Amino acid sequence: MSYQLNFSGLLPYLPQFAAGIWATIELTLISTFLGLLLGTIGAAGRNSRYRVARTLWGCYVEIIRNTPFIVQLFFIFFGLPALGLKLSAWQAGMIAMVVNLGAYSTEIIRAGIDATPKGQWEAGKTLGLSRRQIFIRIVLPPAFQRVYPALVSQCIIVMLGSAVVSQISLEELTFAANFAQSRTFLSFESYLLTAVLYLVLALLMRQSFAFAAKRLFKNPSL
Amino acid sequence: MSLVSIDQIHKYYGENHVLKGVDLKVAPGEVVSIIGRSGSGKSTLLRCINGLEAYQQGAIVVDSQAVEDDEYKLRLLSRSVGMVFQNFNLFPHMTAGENVMLAPKLVLGQDSKTSRAHAQELLEKVGLGDKFDAYPNNLSGGQQQRVAIARSLAMSPKVLLCDEITSALDPELVGEVLKVLEQLKAEGMTLILVTHEMNFARDVGDTVVFMHQGKVWETGPSDEVFASPQTSELQSFISAVL
Repeated sequence: MSYQLNFSGLLPYLPQFAAGIWATIELTLISTFLGLLLGTIGAAGRNSRYRVARTLWGCYVEIIRNTPFIVQLFFIFFGLPALGLKLSAWQAGMIAMVVNLGAYSTEIIRAGIDATPKGQWEAGKTLGLSRRQIFIRIVLPPAFQRVYPALVSQCIIVMLGSAVVSQISLEELTFAANFAQSRTFLSFESYLLTAVLYLVLALLMRQSFAFAAKRLFKNPSL
Repeated sequence: MSLVSIDQIHKYYGENHVLKGVDLKVAPGEVVSIIGRSGSGKSTLLRCINGLEAYQQGAIVVDSQAVEDDEYKLRLLSRSVGMVFQNFNLFPHMTAGENVMLAPKLVLGQDSKTSRAHAQELLEKVGLGDKFDAYPNNLSGGQQQRVAIARSLAMSPKVLLCDEITSALDPELVGEVLKVLEQLKAEGMTLILVTHEMNFARDVGDTVVFMHQGKVWETGPSDEVFASPQTSELQSFISAVL
């Protein structure tokens, strides 16, 4: 068994790879931001004093967590046009990623909120703060800090999961790999390179989150 | 005119009748110690005064405001009633100073400069002027409790409720917290404390309320109550704890 690696064969496709990486980064940045925002709102909704809100958010979370991402994606891209909602690949991919991260992060952030000692709510109440103020100023920041490592992992999973959106011709990194591979038949090289690029992206992401943590959480030991 | 007036309140946890018609009047500037065995309803009574627990019958009036189970009214009431807890309940992600500044900023709308200066003043008052930027987990229990007292005082309450505020402290740290209470009494603050510190109740408190089985079993000026308890329950309680 001998195989001559031929990375130079991929050289003509570097622009595609570069554009793919950029698209993946863009997708990840936007979906991380919006997904975590949705998750925070969701965690508040799951904690709402209104039963309807709790039930609705619960349904959303369970539906997303118990169906495959690719089916969610296809439903949004191929299914929704039947209802007259026609989305571009970008829009559909972005929505699928945000909705997916939103559901998982809802549950993660909720776990952090549930771990809040009852005395924190009571202290806020006796100081005259409203429920919303207690939630945003007192409960949420430590809850977020408690579950931060789990949230980081989930965001990285979503970044890696974005490979799937190549299936609706969204021209991100995996799409570029498929494209180069189909033109050159250099499968080994194409996917090895792509794997390494994803690995680098994931490590960079982890570093950025660690850096952000230092600025976000002023009391590291809580 | 009493500052706190509790009239025949009844409180149930499901089938469990925890407060069975409690009456209590507290005058401005009075220091009232509520003592009794665990399960006698003393903490529940205290928590009814600021609405942390709802009661089913009777009436509580604090500073001419009726304590009702209504979120908006309770928020207004909380400006008159401060509370300090057994487990401090400081906000762990905020410094001592930020803990004290939070409510004046959010609830009273104070600007940062005013609330910061006020917080510094209050921390100095409880002997922690140099701990403004310290996080709670870097403070001792006694220091945390003093920050918690400063945090309550920041809202300028008319009455301060203290729920076993020295029970979670190491013995050598109890004194520094009690000293702050003494100082508050000297300034005319009204204090209602649920406490196991009998010496403090006797020497500093004006009035003692002994609770037993959900009722005020015996009450009176603290020196008298400790010197000559009238009921056998209080006699046995005092001999057990002193």
